[in-house]
Amino acid sequence: MRSGVTIFPGSNCDRDIIVALKEISGKTPIKMWHKDTEFPNLDLIVIPGGFSFGDYLRCGALAARSPIIKNIKNHISRGGAVLGICNGFQILIEAGILPGSLIRNEKLLFTCRKTILEIQDSMISPFLSGLKKGQYLNIPVAHNEGNFFASETLLNELKNEGRIAFKYVKEANTDDDYNPNGSCNDIAGILSKNGKVLGMMPHPERAIYNLHGGTDGLKFLSKTFEKLIG
Amino acid sequence: MKVVINISLKEGVLDPEGQAIKTSLSNLGFKNFSDVRTGKQIILNFKKIDENEAILATKKMCEDLLVNTVIETYKINVLKD
Repeated sequence: MRSGVTIFPGSNCDRDIIVALKEISGKTPIKMWHKDTEFPNLDLIVIPGGFSFGDYLRCGALAARSPIIKNIKNHISRGGAVLGICNGFQILIEAGILPGSLIRNEKLLFTCRKTILEIQDSMISPFLSGLKKGQYLNIPVAHNEGNFFASETLLNELKNEGRIAFKYVKEANTDDDYNPNGSCNDIAGILSKNGKVLGMMPHPERAIYNLHGGTDGLKFLSKTFEKLIG
Repeated sequence: MKVVINISLKEGVLDPEGQAIKTSLSNLGFKNFSDVRTGKQIILNFKKIDENEAILATKKMCEDLLVNTVIETYKINVLKD
């Protein structure tokens, strides 16, 4: 699998996802600086987390107008896969690649903690087809603007088209405030119409080694890798 | 010529910052209001351009970058020198 990781001024999770992808595929992903426009054809582009352009104006707004976005759109039209994590999800939305909006967390708090994700009915996607509907993944979040907001019409459309990838769910027998940001219908990640673009607030690259407190991120990325090379 | 853009969240979009300010104002005894909404202001300085041209250019900037029209609305005001 040939993969690339975009880097904007203020990206800060690029190193971790590069290490994770190397761990899984044995190949180091190429680094894609936001001003560059010449890249080889890739199977997967990851837009990592961070605070691109200092979150100025709106999270992801300035990154979404960078030269590299045109390359990402061409990659998508060729049928390439894109994974946007956290700030990467915000950038995909600001670029108009994924719908809806990510607004300030309901309780005004930057939230950095473990969450439990339930896989939804999204079998069309290479990101999820290796996993089972209803399966849980323990993957942490860390964000201030992860509250997914959408109109009723869009929420119904996402549901009917099987484009909701993950929802935050409650751990059995706890009273935990399981939804970390107040997102509509507990949505943690959504897909494009063809399932090849996934935006998610949780950070799979932060759940790779046991030292991280869990390896579900590795499980998720490995399944994606298998489907993309399959 | 100065053009002022006022951006605010659309009705129905959660404004947690406005809610936090409302709570704080209530704690201070200000209670004769029903809601607080926040927003942001962007001021552009144009050089040698007529008013209509400035407004058209500003609208394009709002639609292309400055405003997320999914959740925000905006108003443009021209301040003459």
